[in-house]
Amino acid sequence: MLDSTPGPRSDEAPLLQTVGLTKRYGTFLANEAIDIDIWPRQIHALLGENGAGKSTLVKAIYGLIQPSEGEMRWLGEKMVLSGPSEARSRGIGMVFQHFSLFDNLTVAENVALGLDGKESFKDMSARLQEVSNVYGLPLDPKREVWQLSVGERQRIEIVRALMQNPKFLILDEPTAVLTPQEADQLFVVLERLKAEGRAILYISHKLEEVKRLCDTATILRGGKKVSTCNPKFETAASLARMMVGADIKEVRASAGRQVGIPRLVVNDLNLEPDDAHGVRLEHISLELRGGEILGIAGVAGNGQDELFAALSGERPSRDPGTVVIDGIAAGHLSITRRRKLGAAFVPEERLGHGTAPRMRLSENALLTGHAASGMVQHGFVNTAAMLLTVDRATETFDVRKAKRDPEAASLSGGNLQKFIVGREILRNPAVLVVSQPTWGVDAGAAAVIRQALLDLAANGAAVLVTSQDLDELAEITDRIAVMFHGHLSEPMPTADASREKLGLLMGGSSLEPKEATHAVRA
Amino acid sequence: MQFVLEKRTERSNTIALVSPLIAIGLTIVTMSILFAILGKNPVAALGVYFIDPLTDSYSLQEIAVKATPLVMIAVGLSLCYLANAWNIGAEGQFLIGAVAGSWIAVKTQGTDAGYWVLPAMLAAGAAAGALYALIPAICKTRFGASEILTSLMLVYVADLFLDYLVRGPWRDPAGFNFPTTAEFDPVATVPVLIAGGRLHLGAIIALIVVAAASVLLGRTIKGFEIRVVGAAPRAARFGGFNSDQLILLTFAISGALAGLAGIIEVAGPVGHLQPGISPGYGFTAIIVAFLGRLNPIGILIAGLFLALTFIGGEQAQIAMKIPLDVTKVFQGLLLFYVLACDSLILYRFRLIFASRQVSRGTG
Repeated sequence: MLDSTPGPRSDEAPLLQTVGLTKRYGTFLANEAIDIDIWPRQIHALLGENGAGKSTLVKAIYGLIQPSEGEMRWLGEKMVLSGPSEARSRGIGMVFQHFSLFDNLTVAENVALGLDGKESFKDMSARLQEVSNVYGLPLDPKREVWQLSVGERQRIEIVRALMQNPKFLILDEPTAVLTPQEADQLFVVLERLKAEGRAILYISHKLEEVKRLCDTATILRGGKKVSTCNPKFETAASLARMMVGADIKEVRASAGRQVGIPRLVVNDLNLEPDDAHGVRLEHISLELRGGEILGIAGVAGNGQDELFAALSGERPSRDPGTVVIDGIAAGHLSITRRRKLGAAFVPEERLGHGTAPRMRLSENALLTGHAASGMVQHGFVNTAAMLLTVDRATETFDVRKAKRDPEAASLSGGNLQKFIVGREILRNPAVLVVSQPTWGVDAGAAAVIRQALLDLAANGAAVLVTSQDLDELAEITDRIAVMFHGHLSEPMPTADASREKLGLLMGGSSLEPKEATHAVRA
Repeated sequence: MQFVLEKRTERSNTIALVSPLIAIGLTIVTMSILFAILGKNPVAALGVYFIDPLTDSYSLQEIAVKATPLVMIAVGLSLCYLANAWNIGAEGQFLIGAVAGSWIAVKTQGTDAGYWVLPAMLAAGAAAGALYALIPAICKTRFGASEILTSLMLVYVADLFLDYLVRGPWRDPAGFNFPTTAEFDPVATVPVLIAGGRLHLGAIIALIVVAAASVLLGRTIKGFEIRVVGAAPRAARFGGFNSDQLILLTFAISGALAGLAGIIEVAGPVGHLQPGISPGYGFTAIIVAFLGRLNPIGILIAGLFLALTFIGGEQAQIAMKIPLDVTKVFQGLLLFYVLACDSLILYRFRLIFASRQVSRGTG
């Protein structure tokens, strides 16, 4: 290993090794003979597309599942974990992508629930405060979780893991929910943990981040290890090629896109949250013209879900003028009526929201197609028309599936998302509102979906894309606005939207002159 | 060695069909043990229960007569259950339907009212059942009250109301003080299909109900709406389907079918209104609905099977002195096993052999 940093020495044993680790589900090999060495004082990236086997490997290391074959060695000795609590007691900590926190409990109470120890609540709180100060992860132990930002919630998880003084910390996509500035702060903490001699396994698919932060990268594809390399000596493109196994098609916007008449207008939309911890939408206005793609950036949980519900009509408003679709006031209309006006919607959750998981694709075509596409005649459904939509979506968007009309839940994330986007685009909508179009989707499918959105706009539709992936927004949008605490910033041309600017807006700093003068006075 | 329930990628249609049969098998095994404990020969008892009723025409007709209300009620309940609306009060809707229809029969008694009486009775029974079912449905959609509790509690209200009527205002003056109305006039009676037999027009109506429900669920957008609201509520809302309206609709339909079954029972095999017109049809129909996979054709078969247990139970009581309550035990066991076996549709059993040393940390 050509590493200049004070890293592993050949006389030092790896902290953790997996040797020929294999996990089988029925006949499916989720992990096949994976060898990986984790050294102290290193940040080790685990790269791979969705379904490459990253989660399976990590679950085995954290004791959540038992490997079918192969073994793990901890400090050179064979290790069999009975479960996560044994992993923790040996010094393995994990921060999950989806936090396991109780919204109505305080920070300290949440931490106490996650610890195995027997110390008193008071001692634990004191130690919590100490750990959070030492590592520069400020937390108020007495605040309730629902009041905290996503970045702060993640801090709880990290502090909770650190309080067990782990030798080895696993982080699953930690920056997925952070602003660029918050991510930078996290990297400082990770560098420090590394300097203390701890090992870190860093799961990500953000290649630039991995190049910047990690000393070693192991790349998985289709359950197998493709390579272990030093990401600093690789390019993002070469890493991507190893992950995907082929070159990714470049997404291309057609040159002569005409911006036409306003097709989606939102006028001073206000919406009360429908549950206690929801976000109130305040004074949201925007205008979107045909041929245009508007991006909405923002950290999750800042009102994007509520905005989607208001635009789609899942939560109609009393005032018709708040949402105007193709010149018709639609704020009070149901989602079905809005679809009849030519609007189409793709929600963030594929299973359970965008589709009924245990129903067939043809039935899921009917789910959103029943209003306006000849699938229903006099109350009777036309199975042939439903299957036709499935076939056309399959063909146009390369949906891969085991049979002609399987259940939605049996498709992989990427293929199901291609079906959902295809189902809507085939209706030739005037307005498409899409939330997290490529979240958890493999790179190949993501390229297909982004291209489809660009082509749709090129044909004169107005497209509104909500995404937490700034690279995605930079790639396909014409303008970007940022959502924070239920407010939407003034959209700016994508060319002017630097990561720094967007990051500041995502963190709640205003770019407005009023704030600027205030800053000068101070 | 370890038993593991593993999630299947796709629901198994084979198991969906086989699961009721496994459940019936398990129930019969359990019942055999129970018969043995009661000191009866299990083979003989099972013969009386399940074989003897199939051997003579009287019993066969009687099975169809008992299956008629079970199937009608269960088809309605299956629509509710598919839509995730839990109507447990079909028994009450059955009784109220019987009462409402009987009101017309009682009021026209001895007059020269014509052939409109029976159709009017059937319509009144269905309407009353629907309205009665709408009470818990509205409480649910308006106030969020649990429809399971309210629909169940209304069973007892209906039961006592019927009891009051036949002991009070509607009692047959010539009935020797028995709590019953007078025998209905011929124009207020459901005609039998075979002269001298017991099989009546209700059986035909039940078959029509099964056919209509099959078309509704399989071929119409309303049927799709019912299925999607139950299977994936959030996706249904995204599809533009209003689950509150659907709760009202499915409760109304199932109430109407239960009410219709009630008045057919009273105007048919019973012939007058009295307490105890139902041996728990409204509750047994819940078992029929699940045993029949919430599918109309399945329900038809399941309804016939459970009707068999009623008839078999009566014969076993006569022939072998086995208590009639054993029938209820049988039906309860069957529901228990059906629900248990249903988990195999989405999950599979796996035996895992792993010799591993569990070394515990000292934390």
